[in-house]
Amino acid sequence: MSAGTDGLTGRTAAELAALVAGGEVSAVEVTDAHLARIEALDGQVRSFLCVRPEVARSAAAAVDAARAAGEVLGPLAGVPVAVKDMFCTTDLPTTAGSRILEGWQPPYDSTAVSRLRAAGAVVIGKTNLDEFAMGSSTENSGFFPTANPWDLTRVPGGSSGGSAAAVAAGFAPLALGTDTGGSIRQPAALCGVVGLRPTYGRVSRYGIVAYASSLDQAGPFATTVADTARLLEAMWGHDRLDSTSIPSAPEAVLAGLDAGVAGLRVGVVEELAGVEGIQPEVRSAVDAAGTLFEKAGAVVDTVSVPSVEYGLSAYYIIAPAEASSNLARYDGVRYGLRAPAGEVAQMNALTREAGFGTEVKRRIMLGTYALSAGYYDAYYGQAQRVRTLIIRDFSRAYERFDVLLAPTSPTTAFELGAKTADPLAMYLSDVCTIPTNLTGACAISVPAGLDGAGLPVGVQVLAPALGEAVLFRAARALEAGFAFTARPALAGVSG
Amino acid sequence: MIHVAKLARLALSDAEIDQFTTQLGAILEHAARVAALDTGDVPPTAHPIPLANVLRPDEPGPSLPRDVVLGMAPAAEDGRFRVPRILADDE
Repeated sequence: MSAGTDGLTGRTAAELAALVAGGEVSAVEVTDAHLARIEALDGQVRSFLCVRPEVARSAAAAVDAARAAGEVLGPLAGVPVAVKDMFCTTDLPTTAGSRILEGWQPPYDSTAVSRLRAAGAVVIGKTNLDEFAMGSSTENSGFFPTANPWDLTRVPGGSSGGSAAAVAAGFAPLALGTDTGGSIRQPAALCGVVGLRPTYGRVSRYGIVAYASSLDQAGPFATTVADTARLLEAMWGHDRLDSTSIPSAPEAVLAGLDAGVAGLRVGVVEELAGVEGIQPEVRSAVDAAGTLFEKAGAVVDTVSVPSVEYGLSAYYIIAPAEASSNLARYDGVRYGLRAPAGEVAQMNALTREAGFGTEVKRRIMLGTYALSAGYYDAYYGQAQRVRTLIIRDFSRAYERFDVLLAPTSPTTAFELGAKTADPLAMYLSDVCTIPTNLTGACAISVPAGLDGAGLPVGVQVLAPALGEAVLFRAARALEAGFAFTARPALAGVSG
Repeated sequence: MIHVAKLARLALSDAEIDQFTTQLGAILEHAARVAALDTGDVPPTAHPIPLANVLRPDEPGPSLPRDVVLGMAPAAEDGRFRVPRILADDE
């Protein structure tokens, strides 16, 4: 196996960890190869907000030193991981994509990142995102938009667009994202990679910038289902620092990945497969996934989950309401930006006006309104009751089915700027992913091929809360069936 | 809109107030579908997993160093965060 720089990018995490553990290449060589690719090509994609080569190299050197000392290496030893800039990191600034936190250096690591470091992973850089994870295109970043590596005139999706684009572009085999309304799965679909939203409470939220606390969940991106499982297993499980963390030990997923889907009951969600505005090629990909499941021995039927049609409306009350409360902390007192003013309330208001972008202000206004006296029950209370209805509908569906099948995004990647003037049109990109956030369950997006314009199409598999083992088994079957191996051809390089 | 901006501690510009008035109107119209739904006696879900009163032993441990925390602040003095005065002249 080639140990040269060109032979190290574009490999899976499993391959790289084996090469490093076997001493065939050093972790520093692996890191340098990825840094070189970022240096050469990220000027076009702009997936990273911050890369500090010396920081990444020093983490890689520590892995090499551990190996030289005969220590047992972790499952991700020497594997570069791109981290969404929502996760606190002690060695790189954390901005949440917002000017209000520009340059902020956290004094502690998020639990997810510290567990990945313990597993030997090398944080290669911090990726771009919609400000405070509010968006579906990464155009709401307070710094710059990210391009889709498959077509630089299109969006990578969002809010974890930088992480999805970085994996698609081969800048890192693995990446971390957060998924509050689809922010891992939708960009994974638009960039042709695998993205998982785990069950709420499975990955610790400690040290992750809060957006909507009852919906936020961190999860992995990778190019393969097995790598996605590997990254998940390195970071999930109970954390005493997050009181919403699930205490029970997770069931292993990687070991049973190839157990097959014979006899598995798969339900195609009618309301999502036929959602208004769905691109015909996305619809055909869902049908093709159903056929692949049947060929692999699963039993496929349609299922109705009627209340999902209210999911989007309920989400766009609940998420802004929680955000308006969570973002109250950016007041110019303890960290981040402060605007000059003579007295404190004016300082708070001027700081927030200067530091937040338009979408963040829009959601704070929406959430503040939905929680204000006289409107609380009509909007927020009602949205929470609808949330219960959606949970009940899914419970009924899971009496008949083991997993559900749906599109991830109604369309493939849209043009940069196409939806920035119409917030409601942008919100509609999340219609197929939001139900999983409202129910607290898990779902994964798997690449299904390319549309007529050469853009990736994703399909989504959903499972009940704590159903990751069956979810991964189903995703692996689809991956084997679709056999999607295409990679974006970024100009100026081969491979 | 001006009242909500005050509650949210946002010093919005006139242009932003105009823009948000139109846009939030459209979003709330969409949300009205939810408001109009007959949910009867369905209980609200505030949180997706049933966890209540999560307790842990109260064990003292090291805190973040005070100088590190104050070092992140826009202004600090004598071991404390410094802010402009709390009350305006007319209050």
